[in-house]
Amino acid sequence: MTTVKIIKYSISFFIFFLIQVFILKDLVLFGYAFCFLYVFFMLSLPHEVPTIPLLLIGFFLGLLIDLFYDSLGIHAASTVLLAFFRNPWIKVIMPTGGYDDNVPPTILNMGLGWYLFYCLPLILLHHFLFFYIDTLGTQLYLPLVTRVLSSMAFTFLLGTIIQAIFYKKERGI
Amino acid sequence: MQQIFLFLYRLRAFILFLVLELLASGIIFTHNSPQGAVFFNSSNKFTGSLLSTKNNVVSYFILHSTNRALAEKNASLLNRIERMTTSADSAHFSLDSTLNNNYNFWSARVINNSIHLSQNYITLNKGSMDGVEDGMGVFNEQGIIGRVKGTSEHFASVISLLHTDLLISSKIKKTVVFGSTKWDGINSDEAKLLYVPRHVQVEPGQEIVTSGYNAVFPEGILVGKVKEVSEGSDTNYLDITISLGADFSKLNFVYLVKNDLRAEKDSLELEMATPNQ
Repeated sequence: MTTVKIIKYSISFFIFFLIQVFILKDLVLFGYAFCFLYVFFMLSLPHEVPTIPLLLIGFFLGLLIDLFYDSLGIHAASTVLLAFFRNPWIKVIMPTGGYDDNVPPTILNMGLGWYLFYCLPLILLHHFLFFYIDTLGTQLYLPLVTRVLSSMAFTFLLGTIIQAIFYKKERGI
Repeated sequence: MQQIFLFLYRLRAFILFLVLELLASGIIFTHNSPQGAVFFNSSNKFTGSLLSTKNNVVSYFILHSTNRALAEKNASLLNRIERMTTSADSAHFSLDSTLNNNYNFWSARVINNSIHLSQNYITLNKGSMDGVEDGMGVFNEQGIIGRVKGTSEHFASVISLLHTDLLISSKIKKTVVFGSTKWDGINSDEAKLLYVPRHVQVEPGQEIVTSGYNAVFPEGILVGKVKEVSEGSDTNYLDITISLGADFSKLNFVYLVKNDLRAEKDSLELEMATPNQ
């Protein structure tokens, strides 16, 4: 990671955070589909980032979001879970020939097929834990499933559009 | 020994993962307990000031409905003043001074709100410096909103009625039957009225108001209207769905209420509840 890249990712960290808490917090489709776009910050970090910094970044980002959602600890717990499983999952779904260095896992770099396979299980994991903790103590199982699946679709759709527009295609060195 | 250290070193990511998850669940449990720490929520200084800046911008978009609601409230207050003022040709004396002036009211603005989770909170732009305290009731001209959970100097955080743990002591206005209003976590404009026995006649359209029993809210503030009544599946109580009076998706100005005699009432009731030795 060069210094330029670190600065670039720090800026995108704050942009994702601000968009999440000021715009997307109030945007819930049909009362069920939430958009947790900030998980795409975690997903689009370069795959060379080791698990330990990833966990710390996830915890910090989750806690910041929690402050604004008044759901203290829930976003943090789910983002840490996502961060822990991200690197092993990248290793599991490695295409033949491996990954190129300096190519972040985004849709333009990796192609739609790989990207679907990469994102959806991790987003599902994150959303499931979030809504599970949120509904803990109630018997709302059907709304839980509806929320998880519709939010997953909404998050993935918006995240993919954002990546297609704002992330450039990078060539491996 | 070295083997053990090597083993732990290889597991370092997993151990950090466990530590962070435990930390997060610790925070979740302390936050959700009634006496939880208040510092780390949207009523602290940093979050509160950012949110009130956002609200300054966003509140312009709902000025129209806000103005209309405030005008309605003004009109109803004027009506009440008209009824309470004594005309010049009649004599007036108060019967019992203990019945007067138990409640104090404040107004505040909502700067943060959520309605779609199972545990929703609201943040207000007034805090302990303005006299807001834990446990005060929150309502607006349409109905009950919630209860203050914690305060900082300039902001207060409120448990919304749309929180699956909050119970509001209420009664059916016409038949004076008591029950508890609780949100079931599904729809943001419906709630359930619990503990109404089966023999009671309840009809759709009847008004539910606060009972005044728990001394948080004065008696008679609207909670909602009965929407649907059915026999509970396996309990002794009716299954009553009420449509809430307050539109939680458009909250702007709210009122806070404090009962000056609440501490006295609570301590008396506690004293009576503890058996004398």
